[in-house]
Amino acid sequence: MKKEHDQGKYKYGMVIDLDKCTGCGTCMVACAAENNVSVRPDESDKQRSISWMQVYKADNGKEFPEAETVYFPRPCMHCEQDGRGGHAPSCVSVCVATATTLDKNTGIVSQIYTRCIGCRYCQAACPYKARYFNWWDAYFPVDKGLERYLSPEVSPRMRGVIEKCSFCHHRLMRARTKAYADGRRKIKENEYITACAEACPAQAITFGDLNNPKHKVAQLIKSKNAFRILERLNTKPKVYYLSSRDWVRKIADNPVDEFSPISG
Amino acid sequence: MDSKLLPEGVERCSFGMFILWMLPWLAILAWGGLAAVLCLVKGLNQTNMSNVFAFALWIVFDLGVIALGAGAFFSGFLTYVVGKKELKNIINAAVIIGFICYSGATAMLGIDIGQPIRGWFIFWHANIHSMLVEVSFCITCYLGVLIVEFVPIILENRKLDQIKELHIFGHNLHHIMGVIAASGTFLSFFHQGSLGGMFGVMYGRPFAARDGFYIWPWTFFLFVLSAIASGPCFTIICTKLTELLTRKKLVPDNAIQLLAKVSGWLLSLYMVLKIADTLVWIYDIAPRAGFKFMDFYREGPYGVWMVAAELFVCGIIPAIMLMTPKIRENQGMLVTACLLNCTGIILNRFVFIIVTLAIPVMPFDRFLSYLPTWQEWAIGFAVIAYGFIVFSLSYRYLPVFPKERELNPIAG
Repeated sequence: MKKEHDQGKYKYGMVIDLDKCTGCGTCMVACAAENNVSVRPDESDKQRSISWMQVYKADNGKEFPEAETVYFPRPCMHCEQDGRGGHAPSCVSVCVATATTLDKNTGIVSQIYTRCIGCRYCQAACPYKARYFNWWDAYFPVDKGLERYLSPEVSPRMRGVIEKCSFCHHRLMRARTKAYADGRRKIKENEYITACAEACPAQAITFGDLNNPKHKVAQLIKSKNAFRILERLNTKPKVYYLSSRDWVRKIADNPVDEFSPISG
Repeated sequence: MDSKLLPEGVERCSFGMFILWMLPWLAILAWGGLAAVLCLVKGLNQTNMSNVFAFALWIVFDLGVIALGAGAFFSGFLTYVVGKKELKNIINAAVIIGFICYSGATAMLGIDIGQPIRGWFIFWHANIHSMLVEVSFCITCYLGVLIVEFVPIILENRKLDQIKELHIFGHNLHHIMGVIAASGTFLSFFHQGSLGGMFGVMYGRPFAARDGFYIWPWTFFLFVLSAIASGPCFTIICTKLTELLTRKKLVPDNAIQLLAKVSGWLLSLYMVLKIADTLVWIYDIAPRAGFKFMDFYREGPYGVWMVAAELFVCGIIPAIMLMTPKIRENQGMLVTACLLNCTGIILNRFVFIIVTLAIPVMPFDRFLSYLPTWQEWAIGFAVIAYGFIVFSLSYRYLPVFPKERELNPIAG
């Protein structure tokens, strides 16, 4: 076998089971630690803090005892399209300096920090609010020992640029390198998973190749309970959700007359 | 003190008085300069922009002044390409206002980006699919065109005109003004349009998203039309303000009336198309994304009143006023109509920028509001102050209004 990297057509995606999610926030913490997300001495200004994985809370609007809550963990959706048939997500097509791209081989939407000029047009174009701007210089308090947790695999971001979830792209690189060293062309199903999927104590997050019918994610998205957030915008996100609760599936999109499960 | 620099045969206030007039504007400019330094050194955390309000006051200012600065290219088009000779009496003022608007907006954009040093990446790593790239290219080129249009006016200064080489250079520039004006029109058409396109292509934001023709959403064409409908009115307002402050008549009525009439008809055409666009948005685009018209106005201060204000109070009413000769011939009514028209366009830009971002798209997300910091206001006001300074200097030292001498003969 020729020893080389596999450049096949993968479509990495995520399925989050909302019936399992407890809203504990471990995914947020794991993501921030894994990806060298900068902090602030005072993190109370939530509109300007950075959280690649953000957990949103929603409820069914009913009083006790019918009251129910759901948590929507929201990474970057790594959309396929812009919503009008353009073959790149909105954030990619609007970027002035080609600082964000959709990798057709992996389906991952990247962000090139050293090319971003910080115009924030991508941020305005993203309906999921998945993009974050560095309002301050990167800060990792030395006296708190946070600098010791910094990962050498992920470059920290400078002030004035956009950053977002990369589906832990460095983990894909790591898995590929390992496969290469082992003389394999393909990486195994669980060899590349994101930090949030690995850390979730309820195992609510599943990660894998949506194009590979053997992968669990490809099977899960066929469930009648599978749906995506803002399906109607037609941006074709690669993050799917599962819920057996009708109201949860409905609240993921703007008023829909009738819920219809995803086809394909 | 500076009498040798003043144009011949016209009256100007004393140098001391002029300095006194300039002082407050210089103070505001310095205040804006301080805010700009803070933003460049400390970063955009000096503003109240956030991950929700990625665009804010500065972009409203930018889009506003660029729309109002459209008087320059459109008057140039009417004067040099269509051949409306009477507009030669106001074209200099229109060009200077355009130059102020575009250079002010460009300077502001330089502060608004997170990495100003990488600004050139827009040209080097240009993403040809981005409307903002089209905006950047056209604005930069058009600013060049405006400089070329402004230079001959500067060279007409009494002292500079005495230098033979400069006199010949300026005179030759005048000869190619038709070509310059035509290229300015071409560039302006595309950047005014692509500024609108920027919002129309935000398909993930149903409040701003629009369908369109080929690669251009309808907002592309509406922004062009609204800019050429309001730009001439802004030129009229600036001229009238100069006349008020100098207590002189500077531009013959026929030029003003022609601009007002053209503005009125363009505004009425814009209104027809804008109302059609709004109806398509309400009944087709918004429902496709799962929104009803009133869903957009569920929370916050941005209510349906904004639609009414934009379309009726600042749209249909000034259009009727400007189209009706009897009304526009009355000076007070003319200025009121122009002010309403310009307010409507600023409101339109505000709605597309701020309201688009304020309205959450995810149903479980919430509405958030934004108030600018003093740094943002300071930089915004500094652009206005810069405009007053450049226009005042131009008026004092350059023959901006060709008919000034004829309309205000100096006794004795």
